[in-house]
Parts: sequence; structure tokens; C-alpha cells
Amino acid sequence: MSSRRDFIKGFFASGTALAAGVASEPACARETKKLAPGAMGLLYDATLCVGCKACVSACKQANDNPPEFSTVDQLWDTPLDTSGHTFNLIKMYRNGTMEVKDQELDGYAFMKTSCMHCGDPSCVSACPVSAMAKDPVTGVVGYDPEKCIGCRYCVAACPFGIPKYQYDSPTGKIGKCELCRHRYKDGRYSACAEVCPTGATLFGKTSELLIEARRRLALKPGQRTKFPRGKLGGPDQSYEAPASKYLQHVYGEKEYGGTQVLKLSAVNFQKVGMPDLPENAAAALSETIQHTLYGNLIMPFAVLGVMAFAAKRNVKDDDAQGEKHED
Amino acid sequence: MRKARNTRIEIMTNPSQASVASHAPAPLGGSLITPTTLICGVLIAIMLAVLAVRFFLGLGAVTNLNDGYPWGIWVVVDVIIGSAFACGGFSVAMLVYIFNRGEYHPLVRPALLASLFGYTLAGAGVIFDLGRWWNFWHIFSPSYWNPNSVMFEVAVCISLYIIVMWIEFSPAFLEQFGKYEVKKKLNKMLYIFVALGTVLPMMHQSSLGTLLVVMGVQINPLWATPLEPLLYLLTAITMGYAVVLFESCVASTGYRRKLETRLLTPMAKVMLGFLVAYLLVRIGDLVVRGALPHAFQASLEALMFWIETACFAAPLLLIGSEANRRNPARLFLAGMLLMLGGALLRLNGFLIGYETGDGFHYFPALPELLVTVGMFSVEVLGYIIITRRFPVLPREATTH
Ligand code: SF4
Ligand code: SF4
Ligand code: SF4
Repeated sequence: MSSRRDFIKGFFASGTALAAGVASEPACARETKKLAPGAMGLLYDATLCVGCKACVSACKQANDNPPEFSTVDQLWDTPLDTSGHTFNLIKMYRNGTMEVKDQELDGYAFMKTSCMHCGDPSCVSACPVSAMAKDPVTGVVGYDPEKCIGCRYCVAACPFGIPKYQYDSPTGKIGKCELCRHRYKDGRYSACAEVCPTGATLFGKTSELLIEARRRLALKPGQRTKFPRGKLGGPDQSYEAPASKYLQHVYGEKEYGGTQVLKLSAVNFQKVGMPDLPENAAAALSETIQHTLYGNLIMPFAVLGVMAFAAKRNVKDDDAQGEKHED
Repeated sequence: MRKARNTRIEIMTNPSQASVASHAPAPLGGSLITPTTLICGVLIAIMLAVLAVRFFLGLGAVTNLNDGYPWGIWVVVDVIIGSAFACGGFSVAMLVYIFNRGEYHPLVRPALLASLFGYTLAGAGVIFDLGRWWNFWHIFSPSYWNPNSVMFEVAVCISLYIIVMWIEFSPAFLEQFGKYEVKKKLNKMLYIFVALGTVLPMMHQSSLGTLLVVMGVQINPLWATPLEPLLYLLTAITMGYAVVLFESCVASTGYRRKLETRLLTPMAKVMLGFLVAYLLVRIGDLVVRGALPHAFQASLEALMFWIETACFAAPLLLIGSEANRRNPARLFLAGMLLMLGGALLRLNGFLIGYETGDGFHYFPALPELLVTVGMFSVEVLGYIIITRRFPVLPREATTH
């Protein structure tokens, strides 16, 4: 009887330990990961975007994706959102009379939707079979369909709603922007940045893109300045134009600990569809819990030991009883 | 002679009871063709037809899954809720073998059987839902592993548990096929599987809750807490006992057997203990995180939160007193409410409280629902066949 009470006590003690381990900052708490020094990404400046969607079309071509239709005549590729077959989209914000560009009231604005290449990606943390993986050098978050089991946990996990599954196929894959990593070997880079006529989408090292973003935020509205196009640090394709009235916020600098794709806008980021994210990545919390409970399987084996000890005694009791009956 | 002697070696029976032999499990017998089994058969056939379409044309052909709701009822109901409903075996085995409450022994086999079916089907359900199911074996191949992934932990752990449960349950088959020597050998090892059968569900039932954590801000604060694993574990245990109450009532009505209130009444008390622990953690967590104001907004989420909470709170009133715990109707109702509450906790976290951006909606399509119904039918049919043909339910003088 007393040993039973001990077990009950032990059980609740381990429950409390579990609660305490999860609730407090445990010893194996994992910090949100920082960007790699060689991290590559994009800088999207909504104030430069003219909504031509050249990048949408180039992205389709670069990734061999079929057109998707949303109009009856089915003449042009007209996806309404990113999908398993559309990795990049320019969305439009509209308000009231839509008179002035980059104005919240009675204005309109554009926003690019594609993978942010998070420094501490939820999709990579979520994937059970390492099909989503972050390149250790460039930090590009790539996808390997040969590994993927199609559980779609990455789809559920990504705070930007980026990975998407191809529901229309019995052998559907996950579709997402991989920063055109397949084009690097030919000396090419992100197709969307390559074709962008205004430099609104600019390819480069994230650290350099951040410097460029900060430079723009420091400009006075209307002040004329040079805007690079294509690839930052590549052949000079820059042009001169007046600076806009930016919000003083480089989106992606701090969100979830930093993303490799950065964004500038004149209209509130939530209004143009970018979520308000804390500085600590959800992946860090999730992995902290996971490793507190299962790190090196210490906790499971400890509990297993207690259980096996108890079970051995109690199952053996049954056994002995059986033998006794036999006599 | 030998057989007669061996049947008395009831290794899985309770030592503290004088009436060991009379309560030993025995097949119920009786016909397998009844209106219930026929309906189950039809529903299973429909499910197979839907699944054929799914495997030839893709998930989109039969489900309403979309880019905003990648997980529908096949994951949330069939796997996440279904496996929690299947915690009866684990909850009762823990009571009997870990806390040494031998008196509950007659409940072990029926509960384990329901769990076995619940989990095996949850495992099968995963395959239907996987978009690239032919790669599923990657979960078992170390070169693909991602130990940081909560999904990885859940997948490995559930798979192992299904195997462990078949071993735990195998004495019933061995008895029926007269393999007493094998059974005796197995019984020497059984404690290891019993222990594993307790630890593995504790691991993955809590991890099923942790699955929500990486979804971060997309989950409504009412269901987004780092204590998720503890909440899911406590409710899984509670639901385990609730399911045993429910099944005992259904089995006693269906097979016209006497209800074992003698066992169910004290077990309900254990269940209430876990329930109180859960409610304390749940409410304490909401208060500490400052999430409670979300429960007072005019929203579907707030409404669902209150329904869920009511399902958990009502059993305290229903069967809070010892006298009420002897009332089969109240036990049945309390069991149902706790099953519903646990199901809602999961449904709310994964679907109702999951907000992935404007413009996405999800409600299961008819074929999608038919698969879930079909899975349930497999469970019922399997339970009937096995209890009628194998020694699972305790022997009773009035057995039909
Ligand atoms: S934006 Fe989404 S898909 Fe892209 S790296 Fe981040 S979590 Fe992964
Ligand atoms: S769907 Fe594929 S890539 Fe996404 S988490 Fe599952 S296995 Fe990984
Ligand atoms: S980097 Fe490539 S895949 Fe990504 S949005 Fe641009 S064009 Fe598309």
C-alpha cells in the first residue's frame, strides 16, 4: 500500500517536473538562431514596385510551373495566391478611392509574397525527415521532394504561409521559393530580382541588403538617390529616383530573429499582409520543449525505468498467483 | 487435462481476488452477422471507394484541404483525437500494473483492445493523409531523421507503440490458439512491454500538443501555450478512463451484460483526480499568460472555448459525489462529456483556433467525412469480431 502511494507520489512528482521544465527557462533552452555570415536573400522595396508582375512570370518560368487561372477566359496566368504551383506573387493593398500610391488611406500599395528564408525557420524545425533544410553557407531554405513524406507540417508551421502542397496530384510535392538555388551554378541568381525593372526586388547578401535598406530609411522623402537593380554588388544597373516616405522598419531584420529576405514599405506591414512576429522564433521554443523532454532520451529512459520496476513487480505478482493456483 | 490445468494459469488476472476463474476473459461467441456488422461493412466499402479515388487523383479530389488548412479531419479527428480516444488501454494498464490496482484487471483487455484498434487505425489514417506516402519509411531510416521535429517524435513513438500494443494484447490470441507455452514465455517479458506501453503514449500524447508550438502566432492564445504537452497528456489520460466508462456502458447494453459499477465507480474517482489536475493547470496557465480576455470576445473561438471548458467542468458536478458515481447513467454521461471535452481541446487548437491568414476556410467534404466514418466502422466491427471470438471480456454467467 505504501509503495503504491510512493508510485502515485512519484508519478505526480515527475508530472510537476515536466511542468516546471517546460514552464521555466530550462538549462537546454535553445536561443533563436542568428543568420549565417554568407546568408543570401532579397530586398523588396514596396515603394519602388510598380506592380508589373514581371517577377511573377519569371518565377514561373524559372521553376517550370504551370499557369493558374482565376478568370473565365483562362488567357493569362492569374493566381490569386501562392500555391503548390506559384511560388511568388505580388499582392495589392487597396483603400478607399485608391488615389495615391503607398498611402494607407485612399491609397494603394504592393507587397511581394514569397519565402522569407528565415534565419530560424519553422518549416525546417517541423519537417520530420529533413526534407526542408537550410543551406549552411547561403542559408537558403531548400526542399527535397525525394525525402518528403507529404505530412504538410511545414505548411502548417510557416508563419508566412509559404510552403504549399499540390493537392491536385496523386504524387503532389511541396512548392516553395528556394531563392532560385538551382540557377546559381550558371552564374544566375533569383529570377524575380533579375527581371525586376525598378530594382524593387534586389538580390544580394542579406548583410549588405540590410545596409542598403538602412541607407534608404535614412533618406529624406523626395531626396534623389541611386537605386541599384538586379544583384547588389553585381554589374551596375542603377538609376536615380526620389526616395519615398518609408516606415522606419526593416521587416525581417528582427522578426523571428531575422529573415534573409528583407522588406521596406510605406504602408503598415500588417495591412499589406505581413504578420506581426516576435523576435524569438517559434522553432526555438518548440525545440526547447522537445529537447527538455527528450534530450538524449534521458527523461524517457528514467520514466521507463520506474515503470518497468513497478510493472515487473506487479506483473510477477500475477504470475506467482497463477502458479499457486496451479498447485 | 493439461489444457484444463493451463487455463487456470491466469497470468494476467488479478491476485487479490478470490473469484479469479469466474472473471477470466472468455470469448462471447454468437453470430458475426448482425445489423450492426452489416452497416459497418457497407460504410467500410464506401470508405474504400473514396480512398481509391484519393490514391489515384490526389488529396484535392476528395478533401476540402487547402493552402490555408493543410490538416483536416483525417489528421485532427482520425489521428490526433482518435489516438487520444485510444488511451483507455494505457490509462487502465497504468492503474493495474504501475499503481498495482489489481482489482481493475478485468478492464485491461477490453480497454487494450479498443486502444489497439484506435491506434492501428490512426496509423493507417496517417498513410491516407500523407501526400507522399510511399516515402513514409524515411521516418524509420536514421539518415533522414530530424530529432528537432516534434512530428518526428510523434511518428516514431506512435509506430513503436502500435507494435508494443499488439505484443501486450497477444496473450488473448495465444490463449485462443492454445499456445500456452509461448504465452508463458511472453509473460516473463511482458512487464517490459507494459512499461513501454505506459511510457510511449505519455511521450507522444504530450508531443501531439507540442505540435502546436512551432505554429506560433497562428494559434489563438487560448490554445497556444508552452504547457501544451502537459495539457495533452493529462487530458489523454482522462479521456482514456472516460472511454473505458463509455465502452463498458455500450458493451453492457449491446451484449446485455451486467455493468461493472464495482470497478467503474472507483475508477471514475481516479479519473476525476486527473481532471482536477488538468483544470488547475489549464486555468492557471490562461491566467498567468494573460490569455483569459480572449475568452470574452464575441468570436467563434471564445464560444468554442466555453463549450470545451463546460465539457470538462460538468463531470465534476455530475459525478463529484460517491453516490452519483454509482449511477450508470451519470457515469456514462460524464464519460461522454470528457471525451467530447478532450476532442474539442484538440479540434479547437488545430482547426478552430488556427488562423493562417485571410481568405482560407475549411469544412470537411462529404467524402472526407465518409472516410472518418468508415474508419470508425472498422473499429466497431473489429471490436465485435474480436470480443465474440477471442477471450477479451470478463466471463459472465449470463453471457449470450
Ligand atoms: S518563410 Fe516559411 S517557408 Fe520560408 S523559411 Fe520561413 S518558415 Fe520556411
Ligand atoms: S510536407 Fe514534406 S517538407 Fe513538409 S514537413 Fe512534411 S515531410 Fe517535411
Ligand atoms: S527567388 Fe526564384 S523562386 Fe524565389 S520568388 Fe524569386 S524567382 Fe521565385
